[in-house]
Amino acid sequence: MSDIFEIEDLRLTYSDNNESLRGVSMRIPEHAITVLFGPAGGGKSTLLRVLNRLNDLADVKQVSGRVLFHGQDLLSPTVDVVELRRKVGIVFSRPAPLPLSIYENVCYGLRIMGERRKARLDEAVERGLRQAMLWEEVYDRLDASGFALSGGQQQRLCLARTLALQPEVVLLDEPTSALDPISTARIEEMMQTLKDVYTIVIAPHNVQQAARVADQAAFFLQGELIEWGDRGQIFVRPRDRRTQEYIEGRFG
Amino acid sequence: MNERPMMLSSVNRQGLTPRRVQQLGYGLLRLISLITVLPIFLVVVYIVVRGVPSIDWEFLTAMPREGMRAGGILPAIIGTVYLTLGTAVFAVPLGVAAGVYIAEYAADNAWTRLIRIAIINLAGIPSVVYGLFGFGLFVIFLGFGTSILAASLTLAIMTLPVIISTTEEALRSVPQSFRVVSISLGATRWQTIWRVVLPQALPGILTGVILGLERAAGETAPILFTGAAFFLPRLPQSPLDATMALPYHIFVISTQVPGMPVQIQFGTVLVLLVFVLGMNLVATLIRSRARARREW
Amino acid sequence: MTRQTKQTAPQQDRLVTLLIRLSGYSSILLVTLIFIFLMKEGLPALADVGIGELFTDRWYPIEGYFGILPLISGSLIVTLGAMLVSVPLGVGTAIYLSEVAPSSTREVVKPLVEVLAGLPSVVLGFLGIIAAAPLLRRLLDLPTGLTAFAGALLLGLIAIPTIVSIAEDALNTVPAAYRQAALAVGATPWQTIWGVTLPAARSGVLTAVMLGMGRALGETMAVMMVTGNAPTLPHGLDALFMPVRTMTATIASEMGEVATGSAHYQVLFLIGIVLFLFSLVVNVLASSVSFRQRKRAERLLS
Repeated sequence: MSDIFEIEDLRLTYSDNNESLRGVSMRIPEHAITVLFGPAGGGKSTLLRVLNRLNDLADVKQVSGRVLFHGQDLLSPTVDVVELRRKVGIVFSRPAPLPLSIYENVCYGLRIMGERRKARLDEAVERGLRQAMLWEEVYDRLDASGFALSGGQQQRLCLARTLALQPEVVLLDEPTSALDPISTARIEEMMQTLKDVYTIVIAPHNVQQAARVADQAAFFLQGELIEWGDRGQIFVRPRDRRTQEYIEGRFG
Repeated sequence: MNERPMMLSSVNRQGLTPRRVQQLGYGLLRLISLITVLPIFLVVVYIVVRGVPSIDWEFLTAMPREGMRAGGILPAIIGTVYLTLGTAVFAVPLGVAAGVYIAEYAADNAWTRLIRIAIINLAGIPSVVYGLFGFGLFVIFLGFGTSILAASLTLAIMTLPVIISTTEEALRSVPQSFRVVSISLGATRWQTIWRVVLPQALPGILTGVILGLERAAGETAPILFTGAAFFLPRLPQSPLDATMALPYHIFVISTQVPGMPVQIQFGTVLVLLVFVLGMNLVATLIRSRARARREW
Repeated sequence: MTRQTKQTAPQQDRLVTLLIRLSGYSSILLVTLIFIFLMKEGLPALADVGIGELFTDRWYPIEGYFGILPLISGSLIVTLGAMLVSVPLGVGTAIYLSEVAPSSTREVVKPLVEVLAGLPSVVLGFLGIIAAAPLLRRLLDLPTGLTAFAGALLLGLIAIPTIVSIAEDALNTVPAAYRQAALAVGATPWQTIWGVTLPAARSGVLTAVMLGMGRALGETMAVMMVTGNAPTLPHGLDALFMPVRTMTATIASEMGEVATGSAHYQVLFLIGIVLFLFSLVVNVLASSVSFRQRKRAERLLS
């Protein structure tokens, strides 16, 4: 299994002088589920947003270190961020449909790329919705508004929208935090099939979810990466006492 | 618990209990609001009642005759339509683009503050000063003469701040998450604005545009020396022609022409009122329809 | 598959972004242009007519008297008179709408105020001539109804929508917690309005009053039609019931008759400069008041 991201001594400070990442170094392997977990404010979300440069939109004061994507530093100013974001998609914690129809939501990324051929769009919409296990529920009302769906369906719609671009990596930022247990289970189940095709990096909703879905795991505490490794190592024999305490539910 | 209210009321035994004061105060506020609103209501009713009998097909579609003391007001109606459209042509693209810049691109720095101050000032400049400026720049310096073109440009600059501010406000009301999602899917900032943000802000922008044009349509001072004609017994043939316009025509027939039949005056005022309040109504309808349809 | 779109999209993007940026800066350009043009046409008056001559009390351009004091004082009288009408009515209505009125009443009052905002000033001027002035003449037993007083009444009406909408906004942005705190310690709603809500919205209400004043000062057609157009320097309080002439009305009524570049023409532009500077001061002051308020609100919240 080769590594798709190599992160070396990544530091990031927000404009209000809050340092959100303090020297993070880790690798993220291809075709696996990597879990970034830890208490809120630990830097998981920030790291996710670095991976597709969505942090460009935030009030970031300073970034240093290197984040290699296929060996190329994605923090470099010459990186084509549009191209990067197509390869590294993200799904947010709250379901966020665009104010468009279901169909247009899913093919939004392709339309942005300039794709006009109806057949290609149809194909991508169906593929995305099937992969997100939403096709059966919506195929007869693709023209309905994305907002007409339930919360769980909306979140799968957002996943479908990301998948329709056929990215290499899918970032999931607490994707189930606004969902009920049944929808959560569906999304977790889906991740296991998706990892054959995509690399998945997820900031999970809680430790239990982390333990359920992880192939690889990294524990973050207040901007620091405490330790990282494969599932067995982190969840069965953590090296650091703080990791152990967090997993056992003593804080967080 | 039970004693405190009694203590309070005993302090104010003189008869003016807080309750009583409040009743009087509220009564006063109601009275003030009534005094504010009643004249508006009366003005509109008065104009409608006195104006309606003057309106017939000829009045709306014929040229003025006998030194404007008879016939219709067609050239003034058409002129106001031309001026309003001309204003829209210049003010809408520039104003909407400027609103987009301030809401979506501008950083929080000294330049942006300067832009804001400039807009506030544009909004505050007296309309007659716009007239002077339009005369100096468009009529004389650029040589457009007294024309629809010069008057429209002058009105457009005057309308600009309204369109800019309402556009900015409409864009800011669109949830930030739409922008983040669009960008995360590989869209550029402009693609995001064009495909997601602007369509959502459109009703708000349209409302602002119409309200701005409504003001332009009713203005007299800016067109006095830039494009308004006292009397023209024909319709303007090109943007470089001067034109009659309803507001200026009202001024003319109520102060400059002796022996003016009062029904023509009221008829003309009513036509302008319908024109302007009609635009207002359209703006209100767009706004409330959009509110009802909004999903977010 | 994306090769050629990838090439053109950023270019198109850059062009559009450039145009938008230029539009954004256009208002600075326009204000500067307006100022330059007024100066270019108006400043020579200082040399040609002379500052001493300008600040005299005789405005009679045909014979070469260009004293603008009567015009400035005419504007001030009418504007102050208008504020006496519009401040109590406007602020009172704003308080009523924001603090007292049931929503059904609000839905009638607010559109009516908007209608007033949309009424062209010539329409009000026309009604002033045809209805208000004769009425005033009879009621007050004056030689003519076309006086500063009639102008002040009309201008008061014209300034009301500005004051109502901005003051109401200011009152609405007072956090509900302030009111609840006052009510919780036993204040009546009326005491809460005077003791808490109005003071908290003070600077917004002040902004409203100033912008209303700016609106009245710059108004042209209605005042020109009803104030009687007599450019004389007022001497006492009774000036309110005599004909006057404002700066705006002077420009509007004389600009059409002057020869481009003549002394009279230059002085009219100079009056334009005075009006421009008045409105500049009023608006910058008004906006700095509200800016300061917002900054303080941010400090309180963080």
